[in-house]
Amino acid sequence: MYWSVRREVWENRSLYIVPLIVAAVQVFGFAISTIGLADRRRAVLLLDPAHQRAAIEQPYDLAAIMMIFIVFIVGVFYCLDALHGERRDRSILFWKSLPVSDLTTVLSKATIPLVVLPLIAFVITVCVQLVMVLETGVVLIFHGMSPATTWVVPFFRNWLVLLYGLVAIALWHAPIYGWLLLVSGWARRATFLWAVLPLLAIGIFEKITFGTSYFGAFVRDRLMGFGPGAFDFHGRDNPTIDSLAQLTPGRYLSGAALWIGLLFAVAFLAAAVRLRRYRGPI
Amino acid sequence: MATIEARGLRKAYGTTIALDGVDLRVEEGRILGLIGPNGAGKTTALNAILGLTLYQGELKVLGRDPWAAREQLMRDVSFIADVAVLPRWIRVSQMLDYVAGVHPRFDRAKAEAFLAKTTIKRTSKVSQLSKGMVAQLHLALVMAIDAKLLVLDEPTLGLDILYRKQFYDSLLNDYFDRSRTIVVTTHQVEEIQEVLTDLMFIDRGRIVLECSMEEFESRYLEVMVNPEHVAAARALKPIHERQVFGRSVLLFDHVDRDQLAVLGDVRRPSIADLFIAVMTNRAGVAQPPSHKATARQGGATT
Repeated sequence: MYWSVRREVWENRSLYIVPLIVAAVQVFGFAISTIGLADRRRAVLLLDPAHQRAAIEQPYDLAAIMMIFIVFIVGVFYCLDALHGERRDRSILFWKSLPVSDLTTVLSKATIPLVVLPLIAFVITVCVQLVMVLETGVVLIFHGMSPATTWVVPFFRNWLVLLYGLVAIALWHAPIYGWLLLVSGWARRATFLWAVLPLLAIGIFEKITFGTSYFGAFVRDRLMGFGPGAFDFHGRDNPTIDSLAQLTPGRYLSGAALWIGLLFAVAFLAAAVRLRRYRGPI
Repeated sequence: MATIEARGLRKAYGTTIALDGVDLRVEEGRILGLIGPNGAGKTTALNAILGLTLYQGELKVLGRDPWAAREQLMRDVSFIADVAVLPRWIRVSQMLDYVAGVHPRFDRAKAEAFLAKTTIKRTSKVSQLSKGMVAQLHLALVMAIDAKLLVLDEPTLGLDILYRKQFYDSLLNDYFDRSRTIVVTTHQVEEIQEVLTDLMFIDRGRIVLECSMEEFESRYLEVMVNPEHVAAARALKPIHERQVFGRSVLLFDHVDRDQLAVLGDVRRPSIADLFIAVMTNRAGVAQPPSHKATARQGGATT
């Protein structure tokens, strides 16, 4: 299993290269934004503590959210190719000539979006934020200010929130990845279209026939619905996390929607394992 | 226990019957050549043996059902497929790491030693290697696996003659011993004639000839008949007749050598000669699909 996962990372270097490029852009963009930082920081320091923190924290949160979004995109494209590429280049004949079961193969591929990518996102985000702190510090010292003003941001707590959020999102998105892996093992070509068009067709069909959009809402909920379950935003429109008490893993893990999703994920993966037995090169 | 044992092996793709009730028994320590025209069912038979395709009928490989137990079976079976199937993105060093990681019977030192005799660099990607080098790499991996059965499906396709010769030499000298079994399909029949211990012709999903190489050598004789003896030679019921430089060459099955010696020059036929004889005779037996008919006619005139 370990070697199968390593193999995936060897083959798909975009798994870490894309997040690294995004990180470089973030660091570079933030460096440019430090022009005029000293004046802005002086203005911010005149605000009350809560607003002060919110203002200083904002770019860090933005960097984290961007990274979460990026690894989701990377995960989607990885899954669409995972069981298709090996059939396309005929290497499935080589992989099948080794004593590695279809179950191990499919699970190792599912591990990438469920475990490896969240870890990559976490590590890179932490590094990016540290570099951003460093950039801020250098600029502030240059302007004769104390870099310590950045430390109103509770970094360690935020990293904990980030880790929790990444796990929550991975579990919530598991059926999506399962579905994509199944399609990539089944379709002969155009895996993206096969994965997306049926959903679109159902949505359009529902809209035309019944004039409703429950299916659309269902898909949206599967993409974004982890928030209200995993966090307690106190009913505010602008979701912010001010304390660890807002993390609600108990409520999240006892929610039916999460478990129904996970059941579907298991079903999709089981189907993908079974399908791979029958599949050869295309 | 035979290494491979099949009874009534059948496989159909839609209306095309790829395997039509094949009975097969390969004992330990044999090198079996599975020869047949394109689309005869060779690859399907090998895929069934390797657990890559579902089949009807009975099949046991090393005592196991290949479809139900592919991953256990693959500890004892190695496989090189018809074209280079090594993933193009992988580096040679990664390949060694990976196979060493997942295969309990892989001896990394052996693979390294074999690679040391080639010009393959550890840091190269497979996509940077020539076709011959990819074949060498695959052979290095397979030879380092202590398998009981090795299946080769057109392993030398597209390689030049030096690589082809080296391939079979390595296989025979460094890999094969009497406890292993090899099944090989190829169109380059002449090159494996000296390698094989057993011979099997397959056509349209059926086995049409099956014999050991000793049997082959004692059974079949080819005579370049002197013009005045042609009628007498034909009376002995040759299984095939062809013209070479205006003289008749007749192929006989089970005819006494002394009897033939008076008719002309007697020699041992090659597997290719016998193959053409058997396949041309069969072409008249049933209506083959049109593309096969032309392929066979092409083969018969050469």
